[in-house]
Amino acid sequence: MSKLKKITGARLFLPIVCLIAVLLINVIKTPDFFNVSIQNGVLYGYIIDVINRASELVILAVGMTLVTAASGGQDISVGAVMAVAAAVCCQILSGGEVSVTEYQNSLIIAVIAALLAAALCGAFNGFLVAKLKIQPMVATLILYTAGRGIAQLVTNGQITYIRVDSYQMAGGYIGSIPVPTPVFFAIITVVIVSLILKKTALGLYIESVGINGKAARLVGLNSTLIKFLTYVICGILAGIAGIVASSRIYSADANNIGLNLEMDAILAVALGGNFLGGGKFSLLGSVIGAYTIQALTTTLYAMNVKADQLPVYKAIVVIVIVTLQSETFKKFIAGLKSKKASGTPAAEGGQK
Amino acid sequence: MKKKILAAFMAAAMVAGMSAINVAAEEEGGDVITVGFSQVGAESDWRTANTESMQTTFSEENGYELIFSDAQQKQENQLTAVRNFIQQEVDYILLAPVTETGWDTVLQEAKDAEIPVIIVDRMVDVSDDSLYTTWIGTDSLLEGRKAAEWLNAYATAKEIAPEDLHIVDIQGTIGSTAQIGRTQGLEEGVEKYGWDLLEQQSGEFTQAKGQEVMESMLKKYDNINVVYCENDNEAFGAIDAIEAAGKTVGTDIAAGEILVISFDTTNAGLTNVLEGKIACDVECNPLHGPRAEALIQALEAGEEVEKLNYVDEEIFAFDDTVASVTAVNSLDEEGEYAVTPITQEIIDGRAY
Repeated sequence: MSKLKKITGARLFLPIVCLIAVLLINVIKTPDFFNVSIQNGVLYGYIIDVINRASELVILAVGMTLVTAASGGQDISVGAVMAVAAAVCCQILSGGEVSVTEYQNSLIIAVIAALLAAALCGAFNGFLVAKLKIQPMVATLILYTAGRGIAQLVTNGQITYIRVDSYQMAGGYIGSIPVPTPVFFAIITVVIVSLILKKTALGLYIESVGINGKAARLVGLNSTLIKFLTYVICGILAGIAGIVASSRIYSADANNIGLNLEMDAILAVALGGNFLGGGKFSLLGSVIGAYTIQALTTTLYAMNVKADQLPVYKAIVVIVIVTLQSETFKKFIAGLKSKKASGTPAAEGGQK
Repeated sequence: MKKKILAAFMAAAMVAGMSAINVAAEEEGGDVITVGFSQVGAESDWRTANTESMQTTFSEENGYELIFSDAQQKQENQLTAVRNFIQQEVDYILLAPVTETGWDTVLQEAKDAEIPVIIVDRMVDVSDDSLYTTWIGTDSLLEGRKAAEWLNAYATAKEIAPEDLHIVDIQGTIGSTAQIGRTQGLEEGVEKYGWDLLEQQSGEFTQAKGQEVMESMLKKYDNINVVYCENDNEAFGAIDAIEAAGKTVGTDIAAGEILVISFDTTNAGLTNVLEGKIACDVECNPLHGPRAEALIQALEAGEEVEKLNYVDEEIFAFDDTVASVTAVNSLDEEGEYAVTPITQEIIDGRAY
């Protein structure tokens, strides 16, 4: 009994159960969902699609987790920042042309500039939130609305195409490696960020600032700087996600890159069992949350759900998952259990 | 202090904005025809080409004064723009509405001021048809029918039985005029000729979604031989997905190639037609300028004009298997439309 309690009580128990539940639907509905074969020299199958397509979301969810933990609010500008990074990267590579078949400038410069632009966006958000103490959602609303406009300005309102094979590698495959490259980006991002959090005290600092900023400052932590840093990291990660997304379609589509992804990223954090009000956090939980969301989307495609009904099914599943994880619901269930355990006398006692 | 500076800056910007409008109004006069054009925004290549067409047609050399207003996707900006046009006493108002509803009041004001209003592209939904003079736009139902007729003619010429055409339909954003017309065109073909329509799923008019949806469809069905994409961007994504799965796109269905049909005829789309990756691309013509000018000239001469005006749209194909198709447009008029085999000269000679 105590062992079972230990397992069900673990932080990551519910997120993992949710992911498994979504995948289980497929075992019944689409039996070939888990088939993985090698086709055309690369891994091929629904499950590969899930892992591949979730990569950008995983990267965003990592950044979103840190921001949520430190500031108790969310960065809703990440989707727009993705578009900005993609626009900057493609525009430098194309040298101002609408479509090019070879690089006009060095790839490294373009990527660095794109990440700098994304970091700048993050720094702007961080300044508003940490220094000026503006509500995170309000502060990031500025770039949420203006970001795509900036991206449009950068690309002159056009979709810039980079038709170079090496540019497509980040969103496709490198050489004869059968695993899609975005998967590596996601894994490397998660590993690096968790190493930084583990090996330095940053993780602990973020949690203390999130739990009680004033107390953290009183013990000597620079809470403003830490909040600011999380937003910069979140910006850079959004930049990486933007470059991967633009590499998939070898172009910068300022209107559509990362569209509505900020909501999915916040949802991933919530599904991961993290408290959206800040404080303690679990990076792994958010990552599992991100894969759950993509598994859900791919599942619905595989089950041939009509496009206009897709959001409804998604919403239903999300409601169920979030309800299962809510504290009030857990208490309610615990209450039912204890009533049952104590037997009839207690019920007759009429204690309510 | 900060707020004061900001307020002063905003006020200055407002004054500057207003004086700019005044200058525009003062420049009127003589026998120059003044046209006010309220455009939706600059969200796509198509829209940009549409704007440029208007700007080149209504140029000063041609004896026009064009007052251009970009609404940035917001109806309230368009309402303001139209009221400004009325105040400036323009001769004609061109309106490319962002939404269909909510135009009654402002159009009544224009009617009271006796300014003819020409609606461009999307339709307006008003209680009284006399509130606008005429409408110019594309006929997406005809576009869909053209594509379906082309597919039938092509299959007949290649001696492929209708039930051997296994089609998937990557739809546009559900509910948009283009999606409704193009989907209906295909569905009528399926009904009429008995094709095997495997699945319909929305790719939301974007490359990334088109790719994702196609990936999923390829895993579900191994007999797909026709992909009906409702715009070029979706077709790019679908082609990438097909090639990544180790299949080939082309026109030789019997040899196992997958035939792609698309719409919009963007520059990149036509380049794909030239390479044989897209078999047939039906035009969605953004060049409304000349047609609008013809209408204005007719109105100037006191002639009656048709309420609905469709711009001419072409069909481009990889080869000359089908010379022309017969299709019925939205006004129930049957017409014969030539199919142009694509060449590099045609692509180079096009404006967009």
